[in-house]
Amino acid sequence: MKSDGFQPKILAFCCHYCAYASADLAGSMRIQYPPNVRIIRTPCTGRLETEYFMKAFENGADGVLVAGCLEGGCHFVEGNLCAKRRVNYSRDMLQEIGLEKERLRMVNISAAMARPLADSITDMVETVRKLGPSPLRKPETNPKQRKHS
Amino acid sequence: MIVAQRKNIPELLSIVENHRKVLLLGCGTCVTVCLAGGQREVSIIASALRMAARLKDLPLEVEELTVERQCDNVFLEQAAEATRQADAVVSLGCGAGVQALAERFAGKPVYAGLDTTFIGILEERGIWAEKCAACGACVLHLYGGICPITRCAKRLLNGPCSGSREDRCEVNPGRPCAWQLIYQRLKEIGQLDRLEGIKPPKNWRPSLSGGCRSIIREDHRV
Repeated sequence: MKSDGFQPKILAFCCHYCAYASADLAGSMRIQYPPNVRIIRTPCTGRLETEYFMKAFENGADGVLVAGCLEGGCHFVEGNLCAKRRVNYSRDMLQEIGLEKERLRMVNISAAMARPLADSITDMVETVRKLGPSPLRKPETNPKQRKHS
Repeated sequence: MIVAQRKNIPELLSIVENHRKVLLLGCGTCVTVCLAGGQREVSIIASALRMAARLKDLPLEVEELTVERQCDNVFLEQAAEATRQADAVVSLGCGAGVQALAERFAGKPVYAGLDTTFIGILEERGIWAEKCAACGACVLHLYGGICPITRCAKRLLNGPCSGSREDRCEVNPGRPCAWQLIYQRLKEIGQLDRLEGIKPPKNWRPSLSGGCRSIIREDHRV
């Protein structure tokens, strides 16, 4: 089985105004979600470029999650709609490269949606776990040599 | 500006798969503005190429560089060292840039990473449209600044074809009828009389029919 013992490394770009706040709220509410995500706060998902997704996968990310505001609720009016189009473009590009497009996904979350955020992260982790490790993933360093993660 | 679009990654990889180290060279002029071959696109396509190569177990190294203008030999000097160190160059410039590179670096394979498409403008965000066919004998003064050669699907010079629906072209309903635009524009600027005479067949000799064109300006030669 592909997923034996496999712990996906997933990068989550979270908008400061919604998904990042909902992750904060999830912490306050003691809601659990898998520790496989590395959250990066962005001022708006509209700031994200295709380049960021490519670099993430090139450097061995198993999956990338983009979490922006609900449609119609962007702090900058339409940043999340720009992000949606860029994510779709990048998913097509991943297929051209030979990677599964399911490794990149966008979700829309409000600052109050702590539970849906946790569910989205869990679902993404499970999706990527089924796909298996990214074939571009770099070999693991020896955990004994690894500094604080 | 010259408008181009990127080749897809499998095609690009098939072009360079026999090389070990390639230079992906962007251009800071037209193709930067049309988001096809500037510094950012160099970064994206280089990443994509490296990943596609690794998935096929190809030992491909991709270096990145962008010069201000590939179609000018002066700017190509900035790429000389990087080109020397690479086995081949993939240009993300227009066709003129690719050929300028090939002439400047005679012993180096140079490939086109873009499909150069047309001379046009940004109509709205994310939409570029062709405006000029570079026919070599401009007639825009006769048609209110709207080119029937480029923008009429049938290249008609003496009025509409009668196939248009409302103001849409019958060949491509997604585009406006160029003759509708010409009429409106000439009416707005009070020059409808320009449509009264019959225009003779266009002289196509200054166009590509005679092969590659050149312009010689003795006053600027040294």
